Formats: sequence, C-alpha cells, structure tokens
Amino acid sequence: MKGKYDIITIGGSAGSLVVLSSILDGLPDLMRVPVVIILHRLRNVESEMGHLLSAKKLIREPEDKEAIIDYHFYLAPQNYHLMIEADKSFMLDYSELVNYSRPSIDMTFSCAAEVYGSRALGILLSGANKDGAAGLCQIIAAGGTGIAQDPQMAAFEVMPQSAIDLCQNVKVLTIDEIIKFIISET
Amino acid sequence: MEHISDADFLDIINIVKLQYGYDFTGYVQASLKRRVLRFMGRTNILTLFDLKHQLVNNSDLFTQLVQYITVNVTEMFRDPPFYRTLREDVLPKLAAYPNIKIWHAGCATGEEVYSMAILLQETGLLNRTKLYASDLNPMNLERAAAGILPLDNMKDYTYNYIQSGGLADFSNYYTARYDNVIIKKELRTQINFFQHNLVTDTVFNEFQLICCRNVFIYFNRDLQSHVLNLFYDSLSPRGYLALGIKESMRIADVHGKFETVNGPHKIYRRKV
Repeated sequence: MKGKYDIITIGGSAGSLVVLSSILDGLPDLMRVPVVIILHRLRNVESEMGHLLSAKKLIREPEDKEAIIDYHFYLAPQNYHLMIEADKSFMLDYSELVNYSRPSIDMTFSCAAEVYGSRALGILLSGANKDGAAGLCQIIAAGGTGIAQDPQMAAFEVMPQSAIDLCQNVKVLTIDEIIKFIISET
Repeated sequence: MEHISDADFLDIINIVKLQYGYDFTGYVQASLKRRVLRFMGRTNILTLFDLKHQLVNNSDLFTQLVQYITVNVTEMFRDPPFYRTLREDVLPKLAAYPNIKIWHAGCATGEEVYSMAILLQETGLLNRTKLYASDLNPMNLERAAAGILPLDNMKDYTYNYIQSGGLADFSNYYTARYDNVIIKKELRTQINFFQHNLVTDTVFNEFQLICCRNVFIYFNRDLQSHVLNLFYDSLSPRGYLALGIKESMRIADVHGKFETVNGPHKIYRRKV
C-alpha cells in the first residue's frame, strides 16, 4: 500500500541541526519514501555531516545523475544546488548563489513541486533567512503538502515564518508533530 | 511565465542551433529551462513566441542569452583536497615529461586554470608546461585572459589555497588595486585561452592532463559519453582526466577505457 507521498524534502539553516537529528531519529529505519535533506553549510570544508545528523541512518550525498531510490536518505552536497530531473534523478548545479545559499532550499523544493506535484512533502525548519519559503509555496501550489516548523519553537524563526507569511495552507507543526505526521501519512 | 513545454524548449534549441551553431540538445533540461525563464524575466520578454521571434532576428539578444544560460560560476582552489591530490600525486608523475600540456575544458572565467598555474609554479613545472583553457562563451574567455578578479573573493580563495596544502603567501600571486586584483603576469604567460565547444568541436592536441570539472553536470548521458570519447582521443596514453568531485564516470561505453586513480576526487587515467 503506497502512502500519500513519493518524496520528502526537508530544508533547514541556522538552528536546524538538532531538530533535524530528532526528526531523523524519530523516523523508522526503513521508510519507503526517499528523504532529501538540504542544509545550509560551509562550502569548501570537508565535512562528515551525514554521520553527524544521525548515528543510525545511512545518509548519502548523491552524485550527479543518480536515480532517486525508495528507502534512501540523501543530503545535498556542499557547494552545489541539488535539482531533480523529470525522470526522478538528481542533477547537481553549480550556478550562482540563490538567497545567498548554495545549496538553495528553494531550488530543490521547486524541483520537487514540478516533478512530484501532489506527491511531494516539503518541510522547512529553523533558519535565519528566507530561503525555502518560495519553494514550499510552490510545493503547496502544485498540490503537495508544505510544513513549517512552529516558529515559536524554532531557534531562528525567520525561515519558517517567511513561508507562513508568503502563502496559505502551510501546516505549522512542532517537531514531534512533524514526526507523527510523516509516520502516519507515508 | 512559469513553465516551458518540451515542444517550445525544442524550438528554442533548434533556433539557436540552426541560426548560431550552438548545440544545447544534450544539455539537461531542468537547469536549462530554468535559466531560459530567468533570462526572459531579466530581459522583459513575456512570451515564448516573443523569445523565438527575437532570437531569430536579433543576434545581440543571442549573445546575451548565451551569457545568461551558460553557468559561469567558478572558484580558485574549489574542493581543496582535490588540489592537494593533484599537487602530491599527479603533478610529480607529469614531471617525467619534458614538455607538459594541460587542457582546462570549460574554463569559465579562468579561476581553476590560474589555480593550476600556481600549483605548477610551486612544483617547478610551470616554465615547461603549456596550459590550454577553453570555453564556449567568448565573454568568459575575454575576462579569463584579463586575469582580473574581485578582491572580495580573495579571502575565500586564500583559505582554499591553504587547505589545499599551499605554503606560500597567497597574496604573492596577485596585485590588488581598488576593488579588484590582477593575477601576476608570470602565471598568465603560459596560458592560451581560446573558444572550443565540447559538443561540436573535435580533438586539437594531445594532453597529459585534462581538467573538466563541473561541466558534465549540465550534460545528459549521451553527451557525457561523447565528450568522454573526445577526452580519450585527446589524452596521451596513461594521461590523466579530472572531473568534478560529484561527477561520475559510470557510462557504459567509455568506462572501460579509463582506470581510476583517485575515486573520491574523481581523477582517472587513460588506459594504454
């Protein structure tokens, strides 16, 4: 039985690392829906971010043209935009910064909206700029679901609040509610 | 405009190909469509009909379009560990050749080829190396040949340089004036900038090392395969090929022609 979504995209910036880890730890180890994480981070530093995010789950930085596969967790590689092609494969892009960021959450959300339509779920966490807000609204406009972390509970409220201000029907949830939502709807 | 249909997209690509000789057929669509839309927004062209009409009739607009839809972003010493591997493992091997030829394919505004020139200078190889740097976009080449970069970027580049194992004072390699720097002349004299289109142009020389980083991400598999064959034919036996660190060589018909030298840093070698 297939759930409501075929992709979960999660974006976060300042203050999102801890809550992102909680979400990942709260999810079952075997999830059919692929999860794609876009995090703002330093661009030319070697990092072990995948391991930092979760000790239990294998989180991979995809290579260019890799097919998006069920049961996988992906993390946008540093210093690239992570885009999705119509055939549901990743495409990396090394173009200008968007919202001062590369990877830009807007870029990936917007691709998810275009490729997955109503079967996309976007989640925007804590952050100090407005990257991701426009993309989350595109997901909602395409019939998918957009969730913003409750700004009251976020370490930096600007990012989730911009999405709430920008368009209607953004679901505002706490981290526990986000975990429950994912588990019950996928 | 929020969306370009496949049929319209194909029309645009065909106009550009027939009228101007640039072939974008093998480029991946997700990013190219987005850039065309952004170009239309920027130039205030409201419909695709308008865009096609103007492209047919106005070659200046095409020049602007090329500037806009090709990705011209680059950095000095991007991915510092890659440059460390070049410095420690690859350049010492190249030192065995009396004359070294290196090709930077898709050099954008030249930051990577200047990084290479610095490595060659520091390993004592620069004066017997010829660097060939090509791009399809003439405006990039003009900027690259001038060797002028924004001063603001130097802080990041210095950091990258140090991470890559550089020991010199990075500011020795440029002269700063107002908001810009110019790369020292001795680093520029061995570099030859010229126009070359990987899609339509062919082999023009034989190289011991080809760098083509973050270009393949814009190509579909067929075009990647075509260009890998072009590189194979342009390399001397056992010559090196460096791709971007997230680009892969998993393409059936050429995979067997190369061996992996450094997997994570995507350095390969032509088999004999």
